[in-house]
Amino acid sequence: MSNDNSRIKKVRTHISQNESLIFERSRSGAVGYKLPKIDVPTTEVNELVNSKYLRTDDLANMPELAEPDVVRHFTRLSTWNYGTDTGMFPLGSCTMKYNPKINELVARLEGFATAHPLLPEESAQGCLEVIYLAEQLLAEITGMAAVTLQPAAGAHGEMTGIMMIRALLACRGDARKKVLIPDSAHGTNPATAAICGYTVEGIRSNERGLTDLAELEKRMDDSVAALMLTNPNTVGLFEENIEKICKLMHERGGLVYMDGANMNALCAVARPGDMGVDVMHMNLHKTMSTPHGGGGPGAGPVAVTKELAPYLPSPMVIKQDGKFVLDYNRPQSIGRIRAFYGNFGVVLRAVCYMLTLGSEGLRENTETAVLNANYIAHHLRDIYEIPYEGKIMHEVIFSDKRQKKYGITNGDIAKRLIDYGFHPPTMSFPLIVPGSLMVEPTESEGREEMDLFIDAMKSIDKEAQENPEMLKHAPHTTRVGRFDEVAAARNPVLRWQATKSEEK
Amino acid sequence: MADYPDNLLYTKDHEWVRVDGTSATVGITHFAQAELGDIVYVELPKVGEKLAQNDSFGSVESVKAVSEIFMPISGAIEKVNEALNDSPEHVNNDPYGEGWMITLKIENPSEIDALMSAAEYEDFLSENRN
Repeated sequence: MSNDNSRIKKVRTHISQNESLIFERSRSGAVGYKLPKIDVPTTEVNELVNSKYLRTDDLANMPELAEPDVVRHFTRLSTWNYGTDTGMFPLGSCTMKYNPKINELVARLEGFATAHPLLPEESAQGCLEVIYLAEQLLAEITGMAAVTLQPAAGAHGEMTGIMMIRALLACRGDARKKVLIPDSAHGTNPATAAICGYTVEGIRSNERGLTDLAELEKRMDDSVAALMLTNPNTVGLFEENIEKICKLMHERGGLVYMDGANMNALCAVARPGDMGVDVMHMNLHKTMSTPHGGGGPGAGPVAVTKELAPYLPSPMVIKQDGKFVLDYNRPQSIGRIRAFYGNFGVVLRAVCYMLTLGSEGLRENTETAVLNANYIAHHLRDIYEIPYEGKIMHEVIFSDKRQKKYGITNGDIAKRLIDYGFHPPTMSFPLIVPGSLMVEPTESEGREEMDLFIDAMKSIDKEAQENPEMLKHAPHTTRVGRFDEVAAARNPVLRWQATKSEEK
Repeated sequence: MADYPDNLLYTKDHEWVRVDGTSATVGITHFAQAELGDIVYVELPKVGEKLAQNDSFGSVESVKAVSEIFMPISGAIEKVNEALNDSPEHVNNDPYGEGWMITLKIENPSEIDALMSAAEYEDFLSENRN
């Protein structure tokens, strides 16, 4: 496709064969090993294992391949990847920042990598110290009194937090029934409250995209246990009334849970604990640069006020006579919420990141993340609609409103970005913005990469006006073109199935 | 067919209601199906379930998002459109016909008065679009 901008340097992909499924490459009898002759007496397997536990299908339909076939298959597939190691990944709300390689180096140090979670305390002092230190660092960053590292991801952290709120209120003799959630909160928030047994009530945003204080005032009564607030919210705006909101909730006996998924806009600049928040989680896999594209694992530490600290999951690492020990003597604790001590390898990478940057470095990252989002907003705001004007934080939300008149939707724009060499931004979220495109560049991007992205978005707008049909069929340069998402969702085929001719 | 037929009543949550004696049929509007895009799954309540006005009676899932659908008026569920299990696309193709979702036994006829007419709903849509 032609474009007027010479900065966009597009190349043809280098040639490698398209890859079939490994099952389809199978050749009967192919192996990747050769075993020596048995030099001990043989025993029938069903003399050793109860036959009801044995497969009887002779591993039918498992792929059979030689070693080079397997290596080539997976190596070729690996070249199809797109990640923060290959380019900008502006997937809003996901904070796809670059993951520094020093994190990986530290996580592979033998003492950490080979430690077993059942080691006696005296043999695991280093690991326990990392947990202790991580909790201290995160308490400092959030402005809270204490932290648990057990939750395996953000939503798990939410559940842990709401369980603690329930435990505290039950202890006060006032368990309450409802949780209030603004419509600009993360979708996991209402799910969390419902799983924890609360009735969920939504609070509509005001015309500026912020929680409506008057509406909250009207809805907050003595049946409400907590407010779950995402801050900055999913429209990318800082809830500037956060102190008033917390005060109102506390005056009427409720608590404030803050979803800290968007901490990349606040880290080392502002502390939720200082604003009056009672409980919050952070996503280490977002803010603290641990890998999460492709499923993580994540880590969703939860930070709480002094009042809630006794309810934190058990065990906690404490320091006793100069040694780190696991404290199980926590009678008010909600109990263990994950096996062992959370995703330790992720926590370790996050500690490495925090110590590498220090508080000044973390602050600089936050400022750069906000600056970058504003840079993109500034250069695209004349072309793409920004539905909620306000102080843009770490991500900017556009909508397809102006492109819709050419019949182009956010999906077409996102697919076309792939042709320009970018991962698409988050689409159709938050739900309160129709046709949204949520762009979060993070601090990892320099001006050059962002300029390329801006040029690509400008070109796409031009294409929308001049050649909308082409956009509707994008992407054009990928191995496969546009998928039929509707058919895939209505009739998903989730695993390979042998056709008649492939069956043995 | 007009986008918003005159013989139906409408809610701010984009459901339509057709009152028929003591029963009412409910679905989602043309606007709602267009905003959602291609619908891939519809979750409906059990027959006999009693729900109050504004309670969620199910959800619609499109390739973009899952949205709850709300009771326009209080009542007990009389029928659900089983055909949507296999053919959720009816909601896109024929929102006021084959795309109907539930019929309910009207509990409180006075709630009907607060619903919008087609003209009122169209005004509501144009106000909120700008």
